[in-house]
Amino acid sequence: MPTMTMRDALNEVLFNEMRRDPNVIVLGEDISGGAGGSSGTRDAAGGIFGVTKGLIHEFGEDRVIDTPISESSIVGAANGAALAGLRPVAEIMFADFVGVCFDQIYNQAAKFRYMFGGKARTPVVIRMSMGAGMNAGPQHSQTVYPMLTAVPGLKVAVPSTPADAKGLLTTAIRDDDPVVFLEHKALYARKGEVPEGDYAIPFGEAALVREGADATVVAIARMRGFAERALDTLAGDGITCDLIDPRTTSPLDDELIIESVANTGRLVIVDESPPRCSIAADIAGQVAQNGFHHLKAPIVQITAPHAPPPFARELERAYVPSPNRIEAEIRALVAGG
Amino acid sequence: MQISRQQMLRAYRQMAMIRAFEERLHVENRTGEIAGFIHLYAGQEAIAVGVCENLTDRDHIISTHRGHGHAIAKGCDVTAMMLEIYGSRDGMCKGRSGSMHIADLDKGMLGANAIVGGGPPIAVGAAIASKVKKDGSVAVSFSGDGASNQGTVFEAMNMAVVLKVPKVFVFENNGYSEHTGASYGVGTEDPVKRIAGFGLPVWEADGTDFFSVHEAARQAIGHARDGNGPSAIYAEAMRYFGHFEGDPQLYRAKGEVDALRTGNDCLLNFRRRTTDGALLEAAELDGIDRETADTVDEAVSAAKAAPRPSPEAVLEDVYATY
Ligand SMILES: Cc1ncc(C[n+]2csc(CCOP(=O)(O)OP(=O)(O)O)c2C)c(N)n1
Ligand SMILES: [Mg+2]
Repeated sequence: MPTMTMRDALNEVLFNEMRRDPNVIVLGEDISGGAGGSSGTRDAAGGIFGVTKGLIHEFGEDRVIDTPISESSIVGAANGAALAGLRPVAEIMFADFVGVCFDQIYNQAAKFRYMFGGKARTPVVIRMSMGAGMNAGPQHSQTVYPMLTAVPGLKVAVPSTPADAKGLLTTAIRDDDPVVFLEHKALYARKGEVPEGDYAIPFGEAALVREGADATVVAIARMRGFAERALDTLAGDGITCDLIDPRTTSPLDDELIIESVANTGRLVIVDESPPRCSIAADIAGQVAQNGFHHLKAPIVQITAPHAPPPFARELERAYVPSPNRIEAEIRALVAGG
Repeated sequence: MQISRQQMLRAYRQMAMIRAFEERLHVENRTGEIAGFIHLYAGQEAIAVGVCENLTDRDHIISTHRGHGHAIAKGCDVTAMMLEIYGSRDGMCKGRSGSMHIADLDKGMLGANAIVGGGPPIAVGAAIASKVKKDGSVAVSFSGDGASNQGTVFEAMNMAVVLKVPKVFVFENNGYSEHTGASYGVGTEDPVKRIAGFGLPVWEADGTDFFSVHEAARQAIGHARDGNGPSAIYAEAMRYFGHFEGDPQLYRAKGEVDALRTGNDCLLNFRRRTTDGALLEAAELDGIDRETADTVDEAVSAAKAAPRPSPEAVLEDVYATY
């Protein structure tokens, strides 16, 4: 299997799907970049994180659409194009800007199929970069998937590896329902093995990343890698855990989580979002409701605090759950009997 | 209108301070000590200063992600700003904000703003407050060419007209919205006409000429203070640096900035105009250049030595600590 970054894996999917289906278009700010610039260079950006690099040269301006700064109309236009038969992939530079276009996601895309008596298909993908890690401060570092996961009608993907990014974006583009696709910005440059050729991962199937006996650890997006680091250290002391990466928060594979908790009896959830009404709280609720009898100890939620993500290095570091903190909490949980 | 010697020296000091601040940040950013995104305002100083020299602490402004210039022009403390950009505990916003959210409410500076188009509606609110409190203050929003295409900005323009509030929309066309040219993203051939279409009187100014902006702002702000409602200022001036520090600027022709720096720089324009007209002495301006460089130098030294935030500070100023 070739090794590549998450950025390149995503870029490859866009090339593949645009070749495969002439109805796939991409749109967003600086999606190619350079339009109207004095150098005359197109593809001056290729998306702010380079995910759409090169598309303009192969697919042209009709299908690779640079937009003004108008998030409501980017998502709205994607919605309309989808209703009219295209498969748009819209890019919102930073997930925080979901605040600007929330109506088009929440009241429009998410509801067409249901409201229109099941007749509408809305095959739109809204890609966004999310998360802390760049000291980008309170308006450029949020994870936003809890509130999007709460919306009936939306699917939400949160890949943590280049391979999952490939498999999930492929599925997202081929899916007939709206998908919010959240790319953690601290993971774009992370490398990993990626299956060649056509590779699609079904939504709602979590990955059992590791198997172990002492606890079930569920970790989302960037937190998966942090959990793996913690588990590497713990393995040296004989503590082993199941590690589950949900990959999509909507639909969520609670079955695999509960199955695992049935074996381990302990549950730790690692989530970069603030704690209330979060995915961590939701998973904890599901397990409390449907797997309570399996639990040997209270569920542990390792999350960011109930605050916006702060700017300074020290503050951001304190905000995001760290491998050390994950390790300590698992150790304490397992030691507790 | 004639500007006093005192006012001219003050205006030059403000512009020179912004330039020194931005040029120094450009250099310091390469040390890797500064975290996060930095968007520099160099090249556009005449706009921020030309506008803010017509305002007092009672008036409100709201800025953008490219906010250092507006903040300095509105009187924010340069050292506290530098400490914030370095993420110190003692920074203007306790290290929580960085470059993109610098705010000082005591100075009527409602913040840099990292959501493009986030500012103008907020400034409409500040203008409503002025009307309700009858305090004679004016609210000013700054927006780029890119921001001028955001729905929130269109809404704010219409609402300000409907409510007839004391609000001035300042539009700064610096040629680019990130990697995209204004000529592409701004659909109209005539941005001034587009703004006027909302029912706003528009004063057009040369963004590289302090005197031109100052006069436009004097009229627009006077118009608002006299109870005649909102208006706009439109000015063009290109930025000298990339969109953010680290931007390779592939969209930009080689030599574009050099030509601006030598041919149409707002500080040089100011200097030429005031010294050729025997309004100010070159030596006075040189003195200001040295003083501002020293001030920024001290601010950087202070920022590097300033105390760092403690991890517990993450949960300060919140109403629930979980
Ligand atoms: C709602 C929103 N969309 C997109 C961005 C990303 N972004 C930051 S600055 C910028 C360009 C702004 O251009 P302009 O308004 O002309 O201001 P300038 O950078 O030229 O000062 C973009 C697209 C953002 N911060 N917020
Ligand atoms: Mg601009």
